[in-house]
Amino acid sequence: MEGLTLSDAEQKYYSDLFSYCDIESTKKVVVNGRVLELFRAAQLPNDVVLQIMELCGATRLGYFGRSQFYIALKLVAVAQSGFPLRVESINTVKDLPLPRFVASKNEQESRHTASYSSDSESQGSYSGVIPPPPGRGQVKKGPGSHDVVQPRPSADQQEPASPVVSPQQSPPTSPHTWRKHSRHPSGGNSERPLTGPGPFWSPFGDAQPGSSAGDAVWSGHSPPPPQENWVSFADTPPTSTLLTMHPASVQDQTTVRTVASATTANEIRRQSSSCDDPWKITDEQRQYYVNQFTTIQPDLNGFIPGSAAKEFFTKSKLPILELSHIWELSDFDKDGALTLDEFCAAFHLVVARKNGYDLPEKLPESLMPKLIDLEDSADVGDQPGEVGYSGSPAEAPPSKSPSMPSLNQTWPELNQSSEQWETFSERSSSSQTLTQFDSNIAPADPDTAIVHPVPIRMTPSKIHMQEMELKRTSSDHTNPTSPLLVKTSDLSEESKINSSVKFPSGNTVDGYSSSDSFPSDPEQIGSSVTRQRSHSGASPDNTAPPPPPPRPQPSHSRSSSLDMNRTFAVTTGQQQAGVVAHPPAVPPRPQPSQAPGPSVHRPVDADGLITHTSTSPQQIPEQPNFADFSQFEVFAASNVTEEQDSEAEKHPEVLPAEKASDPAGSLRVAQTDGKIEEKTAASVPANVSKGTTPLAPPPKPVRRRLKSEDELRPDVDEHTQKTGVLAAVLAPQPSIPRSVGKDKKAIQASIRRNKETNTVLARLNSELQQQLKDVLEERISLEVQLEQLRPFSHL
Amino acid sequence: MAVCIAVIAKENYPLYIRSTPTEDELKFHYMVHTSLDVVDEKISAMGKALVDQRELYLGLLYPTEDYKVYGYVTNSKVKFVMVVDSSNTALRDNEIRSMFRKLHNSYTDVMCNPFYNPGDRIQSRAFDNMVTSMMIQVC
Repeated sequence: MEGLTLSDAEQKYYSDLFSYCDIESTKKVVVNGRVLELFRAAQLPNDVVLQIMELCGATRLGYFGRSQFYIALKLVAVAQSGFPLRVESINTVKDLPLPRFVASKNEQESRHTASYSSDSESQGSYSGVIPPPPGRGQVKKGPGSHDVVQPRPSADQQEPASPVVSPQQSPPTSPHTWRKHSRHPSGGNSERPLTGPGPFWSPFGDAQPGSSAGDAVWSGHSPPPPQENWVSFADTPPTSTLLTMHPASVQDQTTVRTVASATTANEIRRQSSSCDDPWKITDEQRQYYVNQFTTIQPDLNGFIPGSAAKEFFTKSKLPILELSHIWELSDFDKDGALTLDEFCAAFHLVVARKNGYDLPEKLPESLMPKLIDLEDSADVGDQPGEVGYSGSPAEAPPSKSPSMPSLNQTWPELNQSSEQWETFSERSSSSQTLTQFDSNIAPADPDTAIVHPVPIRMTPSKIHMQEMELKRTSSDHTNPTSPLLVKTSDLSEESKINSSVKFPSGNTVDGYSSSDSFPSDPEQIGSSVTRQRSHSGASPDNTAPPPPPPRPQPSHSRSSSLDMNRTFAVTTGQQQAGVVAHPPAVPPRPQPSQAPGPSVHRPVDADGLITHTSTSPQQIPEQPNFADFSQFEVFAASNVTEEQDSEAEKHPEVLPAEKASDPAGSLRVAQTDGKIEEKTAASVPANVSKGTTPLAPPPKPVRRRLKSEDELRPDVDEHTQKTGVLAAVLAPQPSIPRSVGKDKKAIQASIRRNKETNTVLARLNSELQQQLKDVLEERISLEVQLEQLRPFSHL
Repeated sequence: MAVCIAVIAKENYPLYIRSTPTEDELKFHYMVHTSLDVVDEKISAMGKALVDQRELYLGLLYPTEDYKVYGYVTNSKVKFVMVVDSSNTALRDNEIRSMFRKLHNSYTDVMCNPFYNPGDRIQSRAFDNMVTSMMIQVC
């Protein structure tokens, strides 16, 4: 070191500063943290600070001895005067003003007052690492100019430089005001009574507002432990330090952190009287995070894709497992991308982790997106999405500067507070105060995986979508298909479906559901089938034969069903109405085949079929769609007439109801009984309207066939019915396209339904084949018996 | 209730397997392993089908005296196998489905984590918590 000549004033000042920094009273070496704070308070750019440190030899030595310290101070003065930093400038620059430090009073207070557990900790951990890597300087710059807005009750602004300054305020009440925040303009300084060092302070004190270097006073008064860590690498009051450290830390943590940490952390902790959240992000930090965010994603409202974020955070050299956990915590909406808030939270967690704080199990409240909104944001682009949560109540408000979460003061606090938070699987942190938040988040069940309340159903999705579509198009008269679809979708809620909108979809739904549901739900299937059958049975019979656009498919889109309805309505009128009524309700599958009597059996059979139980040869094909239609037809034929009068009104509502009524007696037997009844009952009141019409048309053609087959053996009838049903099912399809044009969604839905219908039909086909075989076998056995008897008879 | 839940990768190696600690884990591991054959059989039987929830859920793979094994396969051929205790009131099929749905959602969340490499063992705490909740509640 070159010889350093100091003027008397300088000498005095420097010795005071040295004493200030020399909290350990070693008289020889100053605490690095303090020194860094001091330098931060000098409001110099970070790189300048680094340069100073290098020049003064601290880098070399690893500590600030008195001479180094003095040299550093001199260099600070040089830098502040605008002179280039040169070793020789120490002595060459004459008449340098004393270096100015904008000290956070808090810092001083904290130093003097509270226990600096954090200090010792941070010091211990980071001491000795003085010279921050050069890169750090750059990094630090980023956050630099933050205006940390920290509404501290007592806008403290300490001037770090003056050791003599006794704590201006009690730690708890004096938020750090290292930062300058717009909200706390240098007035903060003025608040602090200048004591001993007063004279020193005044010249320096009020540099705030302008801190070019952005060494915003780091207002982390109460930095939570993580903050401390963060602070520790940024311990220096100026937020820039922190921030710079942060990136540096991410990339390569170094001395800066260590130096800063000790003092700042302690101070911050202490200061956090008002803030009790250890995980709050200070303004400086936030600004820093925002800057980092912009380097990756210029649009503050945009997202950082997962891959970019991964690269970025990998630079922090944390283990992948921890990074993975951090990601889980911070990706609030689980979308694989980070919004600004999420990014800040993640960054904050990385910082914390780097500083040795353990990662919480759940995302701390202060890091939740809403909190970020609360934060003030003057500088931060609020995430619109998160705004909702802001309620966070208590913490956010008052003290923290509008946007800054304050750091907790101590480790213990952090731990405790972490535990205090309720955590919903890392997504929501419900602090008691965040009632609003809770109400928003609490309901989010793990299934949703998104904050928004829109659950995504999987299985039921189709069904629900259908239902929704159905409802949507209900205005039109729901197609037989749509109702059917609806029904199918909701196996478990068959009854509900029936009663509700589903009726139209009843058949479809049933059919669909039956096709969808595994045999494990035979009942449902059966019921669905029965419903469908009832539809089919009821309608066709009474409606006039005009070839109703066969809409057997339960899966028909509503649009198609609508068409059907309309078509039928036009053609069939009453009967159709009756027919229509059927589909909507969950008509117990009235066996379209023969008269109500046989139909009774049929439905039963049909149900049996549907349920995959071979009730008997008489089972009607159970393809839900088909079954319904066949049932529908038969039923319609047999029952509609009966019911028409009464049911006429109901059509629109409960076609199934009609069917139900008829089949009810007979069909009750069927498994679907309960369901059918429910449906019928339910459907009667209403709902059916949608479904009825659509169903009506399809059954007609089938009906005709069925009627003709009435005389046929039940088996034959069944088969024919099946075929009829098939035809019916197929028939409606053409009508589908009509409505499709109207609604793309309807088209897609209809396509889907058609597919489903196809599968249903295929299944039905197989079932029918099986039935055929059974019937043939019976026939053979009967014939054999007959022959056996014949000889006797002849005799 | 679910006494064992396993996530099997497409190549049929386990990504995650967890059993209730009280039981003999090896037995469950073996059951899961043998159930893979049934899963494959069901998958191939499905044929080309549309992949929808119905097909994703395979249902009861096979019952044993004490346990029933349910299966679920995702579109990417990642399989979830769940062993439930028969002694408990038989869970409704829908409950099993919902459990699988939750599993699937959690698995998706794990996938979304850029730090997770597909094919790695699942070490997500969130996933663990969810599975634990399923096993506990069930038991």
